[in-house]
Amino acid sequence: MGVQADRIDRKKEGSLVVEETPWQQALRYANRANPYPFYEELRKTPVARQPDGTYVVSTYREVVALLHDPRVSSDPRKCPVPVAAQDEGSAEPVAEPIREALTEPTIITCDPPEHDRDRRMMTPHFVGPPQSPHLISDLEPEIRRIVDGLLDSMQGKTRIDAVDEFAYPLPVTVICKILGVPLEDEPRFHSWIETALDALDFGPEAASEEIQSRQAGGRQAVQEFGQFAAELLDRYAQQPGPGMLSAMVNDDGPEGRMSKGVLASNALLLIFAGHETTVNLIAHSVLTLLRHPEALEKLRRRPELIVPGVEELLRFESSVQFWHTRSAVEDIDIAGTTIPKGAPIFLAYGSANRDPKRFVNPDELDLERRDNQHLGFSQGIHFCFGAPLARLEVQVAVGEFVRRVENPRLVEDPPPYRHNQIFRGPRHVLVDIDGIRD
Amino acid sequence: MTVRATVAELVREFRANGRIVIVGASLAGLRAAEALRGEGFTGSLTIIGDEPYEPYDRPPLSKQVLKGWVPADHTKLPRLREVNAQWRLGVTATGLDRAAKQVRLADGEHIPYDRLLIATGTRARQWPNPDEAALDGVYTIRSRDDAAQLQKALAAPPSRVMVIGAGFIGSEVASVCRELDLPVTVVERGSAPLVGALGGVIAEIAAEMQRDHGVDLRCGLGVSSLEGDSGGHVRRAHLSDGTTVEADVVVASLGSIRNVEWLEGAGLASGFWGVGCDAGGRAFDVNGVVTDSIYVAGDVARAPHVLYEYQFLAMEHWDNAVFGAEVAAHNMVNLEPLYRPHLLLPGFWSGQFGVNIKSVGVPPFADEIVFTQGSVKERHFAAAYGRRGRIVAAVTFDHGKWLEHYGNLIERSGPFPPPPPGWDQPPDMKPMPAEFPQPGVPTAIPDVVLTGHDPSERRAEFRPRPR
Repeated sequence: MGVQADRIDRKKEGSLVVEETPWQQALRYANRANPYPFYEELRKTPVARQPDGTYVVSTYREVVALLHDPRVSSDPRKCPVPVAAQDEGSAEPVAEPIREALTEPTIITCDPPEHDRDRRMMTPHFVGPPQSPHLISDLEPEIRRIVDGLLDSMQGKTRIDAVDEFAYPLPVTVICKILGVPLEDEPRFHSWIETALDALDFGPEAASEEIQSRQAGGRQAVQEFGQFAAELLDRYAQQPGPGMLSAMVNDDGPEGRMSKGVLASNALLLIFAGHETTVNLIAHSVLTLLRHPEALEKLRRRPELIVPGVEELLRFESSVQFWHTRSAVEDIDIAGTTIPKGAPIFLAYGSANRDPKRFVNPDELDLERRDNQHLGFSQGIHFCFGAPLARLEVQVAVGEFVRRVENPRLVEDPPPYRHNQIFRGPRHVLVDIDGIRD
Repeated sequence: MTVRATVAELVREFRANGRIVIVGASLAGLRAAEALRGEGFTGSLTIIGDEPYEPYDRPPLSKQVLKGWVPADHTKLPRLREVNAQWRLGVTATGLDRAAKQVRLADGEHIPYDRLLIATGTRARQWPNPDEAALDGVYTIRSRDDAAQLQKALAAPPSRVMVIGAGFIGSEVASVCRELDLPVTVVERGSAPLVGALGGVIAEIAAEMQRDHGVDLRCGLGVSSLEGDSGGHVRRAHLSDGTTVEADVVVASLGSIRNVEWLEGAGLASGFWGVGCDAGGRAFDVNGVVTDSIYVAGDVARAPHVLYEYQFLAMEHWDNAVFGAEVAAHNMVNLEPLYRPHLLLPGFWSGQFGVNIKSVGVPPFADEIVFTQGSVKERHFAAAYGRRGRIVAAVTFDHGKWLEHYGNLIERSGPFPPPPPGWDQPPDMKPMPAEFPQPGVPTAIPDVVLTGHDPSERRAEFRPRPR
């Protein structure tokens, strides 16, 4: 994909204008802080074919329909090369080092029955009712302790970075504890993840020299990360320890164990997805509330609104903006078009969550929004595995931030964003504060 | 003042000062009360319930409560908002005087109403022989008290439990018994468990599931009589094939009976299948004329449904109670053109033998079934039901996340068999007869029933013209 694939757009007053599609524009880094005007344009064509043959789905109804359609695969092995990309001669590969570097599928990149079996085997060690219904809720005191500590250490400061000092440390500490990943390894996997995420690009900039030059590094980072996960699993196989990874390596469920490769892939997924998306949600929540003082004040007065509030904040700024591994296994008729067999399908959660056909005044933040069945955690069989943990973490973190931080003011708006388009979030959120309440 | 303004003023006045009475203090009654307040109704609201308890949740009674996980009194329904109602709990409504617009109570009181909601639901069908039904150790399950008593009896523990009728409740009880490691015999008059609700093909799978879990399942049989000891405790059951089963706990799960007796003589379209109403919840009178002040919701309602050839549909489903109540409440405090229809796609769930069974649509409407996803052998699968080439229902075993897809197909009257999935295809995807039994066997009555086109269920009757 790239400039040569740009389509000819005749819509502009009858004249011929070479123009990027709304989707391509939404993906440009310059628009990372505010992709929403482009999403609005995009939703005029609910299922929009892109120049590279990908079908981008941006409206709520259609995204939900495809999330539940058994003719859609999540397994990239079933969609080796975008068919149309070949016949349009845009040979540039989508910059995606993660997919290439992993040999075995994760639960998010495979289909039933494989997916169902793997997820069934993982579930009891994590959220697992009925086997272990208290696993997540029992973490609340620990989460509160961590959040308290983070806020305590802001005492005496007048300016903080809500990302580095608050949004990041909580989820990463919690996921390491749950999985049994040594916290001292955090700097290593943090750097692998950053490197890999910065090399991932689905937009017109994928062809740029800068992104291309990051490709090799990204692939290597994922390989090293995978190696790290495999070694950790090996260690637990020899000497069982605390946490979910050790349990998955050593416990035989009714359906046996996962193979080592599948385990390693999923371990990597759990480490990564187990904090990255939560970091972005906490950072976006702070940012969004500081942009909406009346909502912040309401939450301060009525702390119980944090529960519906987190759902609304996730609808408003979705931590996973879209997902890219799906494809059509058969021709699928939808929204007046046909997604041909073999075509890649991107489901744009971030846009569907702002669809005015589904949400009244979607661009307004309403902490008490009724009927808020957002797609921030997706739907169907790939519904976010970590959702119960994420909810608890963000409810505690944002709730306490609102309660304890005195007179927070945004320093920079919009703040600088990270490069990644899927896992969209601010790099820093600088906040001036008057103090920290007890 | 124009007529229009006068009518608007009347609606305002009614919303501010009207009197609404809800008969039935369970799920539908509570959700209707909350919805009325949510609609801005500030007049007087009276909720009448024959049980002494605040509204509670019934689905756990045959599952978590029986297992002993959740005490029966920990099932109170969460309140969605303040309802500020006069609660008349523990007193039965015994009559309806439509001319005087009053509900008669068992304690002799008359409660006047401007608008009435009938949400009296159903009760458990008792073992037909009253002497045998009165034996200690013979149970039915509908209420909190029923579940508490049966739970106690199961914890004792009994030497064997006999379950009569293998519908959903009977099957769930049998499942709990096996989880508690209790010997259990299930007697079912039909060919297999759940046959009325899901048809013979699925029922065979349910039967295998029961047997795999150690249930002594006996189908095609009835229980002729129950025998007690000198202390009046049940000891054994005599079956229609001449055999006997020793059991000291007997659960009669024989389906339900609609609570309509109190409406006798009120001239409403009430009968065996409940109270006929339009799709907006407005009750029909016995002549099929829609009333303006009486509404119906929940298990006791039967209303025509567009997806099923406008037959009157009776649904004993949780979401039917919730959504039906919300629609009825809305329509009680609004006028045309603001009326809303309640056109729910039926859906239910059950948990038994470690499997989550879910369904959408009306399976008994179908003549064919096809397995569409997963593996029957592993009991993770989806199957679609069809009638004359269109999909009318679906069922899943541990595959509930796919129901949304089938629901969409049903709502659009999609083709049957539906387009095959791109992966995880069952080995055999040929449609086959769904094998629903002939109507008439009480335990084989499904929990969602198409009850014909007659609003009042009145049979034609010849009467000479009076001279």
